Amino acid sequence: MSYLRIDHVDKTFVRGAQETEVLKDVTVEVEKGQFVCIIGHSGCGKSTLLNIVAGLTQPTRGGVLLENREVNDPGPDRAVVFQNHSLLPWLTVYDNVRLAVDKVFAATKGRRERHDWTIENLDLVQMGHAKDKRPHEISGGMKQRVGIARALAMQPKVLLLDEPFGALDALTRAHLQDSVMAIHQTLGNTVLMITHDVDEAVLLSDRVVMMTNGPAARIGEVLEIGMARPRRRLELAADPLSIKCRQRLLEFLYARQRTPQLQAAE
Amino acid sequence: MNTMAIKAAKAPGLPKPRANVVASLPVKATPRAGRLLAALADLAARVIPPALVVVLFLLVWEMLCARKGASLPPPSRVLSDTWELIVDPFFDRGGIDKGLFWHLSASLQRVALGYALAAAVGVALGTLVGQSVWALRGLDPLFQILRTVPPLAWLPLSLAAFRDGQPSAIFVIFITAIWPIIINTAVGIRNIPQDYRNVAAVLRLNAVEFFSKIMIPSAAPFIFTGLRIGIGLSWLAIVAAEMLIGGVGIGFFIWDAWNSSHISEIILALTYVGIIGFILDRIVALMASIVTRGTAAN
Repeated sequence: MSYLRIDHVDKTFVRGAQETEVLKDVTVEVEKGQFVCIIGHSGCGKSTLLNIVAGLTQPTRGGVLLENREVNDPGPDRAVVFQNHSLLPWLTVYDNVRLAVDKVFAATKGRRERHDWTIENLDLVQMGHAKDKRPHEISGGMKQRVGIARALAMQPKVLLLDEPFGALDALTRAHLQDSVMAIHQTLGNTVLMITHDVDEAVLLSDRVVMMTNGPAARIGEVLEIGMARPRRRLELAADPLSIKCRQRLLEFLYARQRTPQLQAAE
Repeated sequence: MNTMAIKAAKAPGLPKPRANVVASLPVKATPRAGRLLAALADLAARVIPPALVVVLFLLVWEMLCARKGASLPPPSRVLSDTWELIVDPFFDRGGIDKGLFWHLSASLQRVALGYALAAAVGVALGTLVGQSVWALRGLDPLFQILRTVPPLAWLPLSLAAFRDGQPSAIFVIFITAIWPIIINTAVGIRNIPQDYRNVAAVLRLNAVEFFSKIMIPSAAPFIFTGLRIGIGLSWLAIVAAEMLIGGVGIGFFIWDAWNSSHISEIILALTYVGIIGFILDRIVALMASIVTRGTAAN
């Protein structure tokens, strides 16, 4: 049995008499320490799937198993890094992370330890220098770093990343991807990440789960990315295996699952 | 990775030193005197226009009311008539024959009590209505109707209920100030971004933690908008209410002055009412800007 298992999940949204089937029979397995990406066109329901794993949305059928136990409410064992960082603007960078640390380790760590743990996690994402700044005083990439620090500080069993770099420029995104890769290398977290970026998926993941277009999106294909770690962005650009993986993803996304708008136009 | 972090940290500061150099070049000879001069010029630019307008207003008023048979006294008469009241606001000859300080402080006490009650109950009710759809459906129509009732229309009813002027006046302040506080708080609570609720859910914040750590800070800008409208309305209502209930208070002072045809005293009292209303508004605005520092900036 795998570490995290999304088991035959269906999700139907009901608004009045109108029913929209978003996810249909989705099963994903993630082993401990694995980095798994879920890729698909926007609107295919991948964020809904992540929210179901996080416990923020309830599945219509099926369920989520973490270490063989069903989870159906949100909790710090499945920390989320949200797409739009979701830092609390009235708290400093330090206090944003400290809020999580205080809540999760209230019983197990003393004041001093909680302080040290907060600083340690900020340093891990290289944000220790900005700990007294408020979110609106730092750049988008830095906010996302703090968001990652907050999630890591909860010591989650699974780290859930919801298109965390989607709103960033290409250079900042590359730096953050390198950071996430380095952190994954050191801490060995289990990570489930949503993305629509083919290069990002190939660079970061051990396995890519491709989703078909909605409505009623399902798992289209699963691709194992067998490249050795640590991976280097520059070497990967010319690596034949990497190129092959990218081709597989691109073919799935653009030849077999064209954008919904294009299909509708025909 | 490291270089990136350092670059990103330095980048926002880059234009600053250059701007400083450009700015400091012309005043390099006497930097301190230059800065003082600039500060003085800035102060003058703020003070001179309103002062000019006040002087002009007083001049026109003086010209209009100085002729014989004018129904209102000119500013010079107001000043000479009320000089005693201005220089000695603290006298107390018993009854309602007191200095203006005592009248104003009696009014302020009523406002403070009524307004504090309205703030506490208003934020609580607003939170309830903002948080629960059923409370919203049940209470909102009632609020929308009651808030249009003019403050003074509540007075006879509250006199009947309390059988005393003092609690009735406080109730009128309460009922006047509470509606904007309720409505704005409810809007603020309803507008808490789903992201913050998600963060709270992942952290498993309990109801008390959610209220104090997410709800109140997030809704603070809205709550303070309501509080600011509320304090203005309270001060508007107290003068009218006191005219009817009598006793010590700036409202009844004005009414009493009218009954004894001391028009100058009315004008002096109105000036004080205006200035204090302005100060009250500024105090709440200042509190708002301190409390909502982080929230509003985002």
